Amino acid sequence: MDFSLSDSEIMIQQMVRDFSQNELAPIAADLDREGRFPQEIIEKMAALDLFALPFSEDYGGTGDGYLAYVLAVEEISRACASTGITYAAHCSIGTGPIYLFGTEEQKQKWVVPCAEGKMLAAFGLTEPDAGSDAGGTKTTAVLDNGQWVINGNKCFITNATYAGVVIITAVTEPGKGAHGISAFIVPRDSEGFSVSAPYEKLGLKASDTAEIVMDNVRIPENYLLGNRGEGFKQFLQALDGGRISIGALSVGIAQASLDAALDYAKERRQFGQLISKFQAIQFKLADMATAVELARLAVYRAAWLKDQGLPFTRESAMAKLFASETAVKTALEAIQIFGGYGYTREYPVERYLRDAKLMEIGEGTSEIQRLVIARQLGC
Amino acid sequence: MKTFVCIKYVPDTSEAEVKLNPDGLTVDDSRFSFDINDADNYAVEESVQIKEAQGGEVTVLSIGPKKSEVMIRMALAKGCDKAMRVEDERMYGHDPLMVAKVLAGAIKGQEFDLVLTGCMASDDWHMSTGVALAEELGVNHASMVNKVEVLDGKVKVNRELEGGLLESVEVELPAVLTIQTGINEPRYAPIKGIRMAQKKELNVVSLDDIGVDPAAVGADASGIELEKLYIPEVVSTAEYLEGEPEEKAEKLATILHKGGLL
Ligand SMILES: Cc1cc2nc3c(=O)[nH]c(=O)nc-3n(C[C@H](O)[C@H](O)[C@H](O)COP(=O)(O)OP(=O)(O)OC[C@H]3O[C@@H](n4cnc5c(N)ncnc54)[C@H](O)[C@@H]3O)c2cc1C
Repeated sequence: MDFSLSDSEIMIQQMVRDFSQNELAPIAADLDREGRFPQEIIEKMAALDLFALPFSEDYGGTGDGYLAYVLAVEEISRACASTGITYAAHCSIGTGPIYLFGTEEQKQKWVVPCAEGKMLAAFGLTEPDAGSDAGGTKTTAVLDNGQWVINGNKCFITNATYAGVVIITAVTEPGKGAHGISAFIVPRDSEGFSVSAPYEKLGLKASDTAEIVMDNVRIPENYLLGNRGEGFKQFLQALDGGRISIGALSVGIAQASLDAALDYAKERRQFGQLISKFQAIQFKLADMATAVELARLAVYRAAWLKDQGLPFTRESAMAKLFASETAVKTALEAIQIFGGYGYTREYPVERYLRDAKLMEIGEGTSEIQRLVIARQLGC
Repeated sequence: MKTFVCIKYVPDTSEAEVKLNPDGLTVDDSRFSFDINDADNYAVEESVQIKEAQGGEVTVLSIGPKKSEVMIRMALAKGCDKAMRVEDERMYGHDPLMVAKVLAGAIKGQEFDLVLTGCMASDDWHMSTGVALAEELGVNHASMVNKVEVLDGKVKVNRELEGGLLESVEVELPAVLTIQTGINEPRYAPIKGIRMAQKKELNVVSLDDIGVDPAAVGADASGIELEKLYIPEVVSTAEYLEGEPEEKAEKLATILHKGGLL
């Protein structure tokens, strides 16, 4: 067993950490307050090849693999989780499905610009009436004269406003349930494709989440992604990877909470001593640090399994579940350690809590992760 | 333009408390993370910018342990072309003169126009390695440089003096320049650069390989002997002033006045 990162992984981690701490952390509070999508940061990230990380060199990627990508997600999210989710949604569930299931032609057309950071991608699975129960998809796609005609709504779609391409799921064989769902590559500029005003959210305010409306959107027949009727199976697979990145996002936020709480505890004095000298505070910090480290191990291992081509469905669900719950608990404890100051906008810990909460909801709620894990246990 | 850039692997002492080993001569660095010395990072950027403008080649040179290769490769990832790492326990690292002799030994026999170093290292603050290196190489030098302009066969550099004064000098090549922080904006290595860096040449050499006599750079050759390192005792001199605001202000003014601070 070897837990060490390779030289290039260490370098990637260090570069992304320096970049995120210098360029992103100082503006994260303002981005949150203004709800501003940081286009300039996205451009800088593209120039540093960050969008290329998880893809192979054949498709504009760097070939560094998923673990390297996870290190980047963690470091970015440690500075700004909004930017973390923009990045993760683009790479893992936006571009990921085309990379996994696309034809050579589709990959050249779409993965290459996405990996080069010239285009953002989004993933449209959730619908108003089909959330956790994605098999209940209502959007339809009908073949007409060599074109797919798509009708339906997708809600809560990350990057919807800025994406050049959206992967969506739609029913192609009504009455066949999950086996009647297929996936499609839908260019953003298709006629009949519109995006609502972004949602007003609790956290992740500098990320873009909006609803997509498709009204007789026509796309070429060969924009079907993978085999007809296999859309459900495909997005389950895409989500396996996506969950590892939500785990990495969670670890980043949890680490930021721990860093802030530790620094504060070593500065704040009450009853004539530093609050870090109180055992009650020490125990909190010890528990937080332990949970963060274990979450990180689980996330890295899931990524490593994926890179090795080994099964990782169970491990990614476990990593996502544990890391997201750790992120919420750690942020809450950080607020507690900050006392009243932690409850104000003056310090970043309240933002960490608001951002962390989504991790227990997106890409499968904690309840759904437990279902996935239980199914893997043979229940 | 052929450039050497000398970089040092230093501990980040902001992360953990500085503790000494029982020998009293070395620092326990097990809790520190190490990275490139700050000023050297600017020297790397300057060398790459000069190469991008003038063409040529940049060689990274560092004396340090195997684990410093990550730092060396980061310089390669930013655009330096190749690297040489010297590792040899026989040299006496406490003495900047001995360090300069080793660096000079590694450079000698190779063609060069410029050697850039940081103006100081954040761990031992000698501020003399670069200048000693110029002496060992028998070439010109300028220290504390915060601007470099390449001319024909020479460089025009700004040197930072006391009180914000700037000195502008022309230095004939070959030369050693010790670079100030803030001279440029160091770039981040792009991921593709990091990948390419893994394939660039990094030679690991001993004193024998570079033709330096170990006896000439060892502890016995040095005029400096490290006697001890110690952490000065912290004496608490904080005084809390009590009373109403006016009383406190008066007490404070008296103290400042007595201390000659007003
Ligand atoms: C900021 C943000 C970004 C998002 N980005 C995307 C995106 O890019 N693409 C996309 O497709 N979706 C996205 N989503 C949607 C997200 O994946 C869904 O919100 C999530 O899957 C839950 O679905 P739902 O909201 O419909 O909740 P529901 O499915 O209605 O769940 C409500 C509650 O019931 C519980 N529940 C449901 N079923 C069960 C069960 N069988 N057993 C036990 N408990 C159950 C849930 O755990 C939850 O607590 C995003 C959401 C947000 C808030």
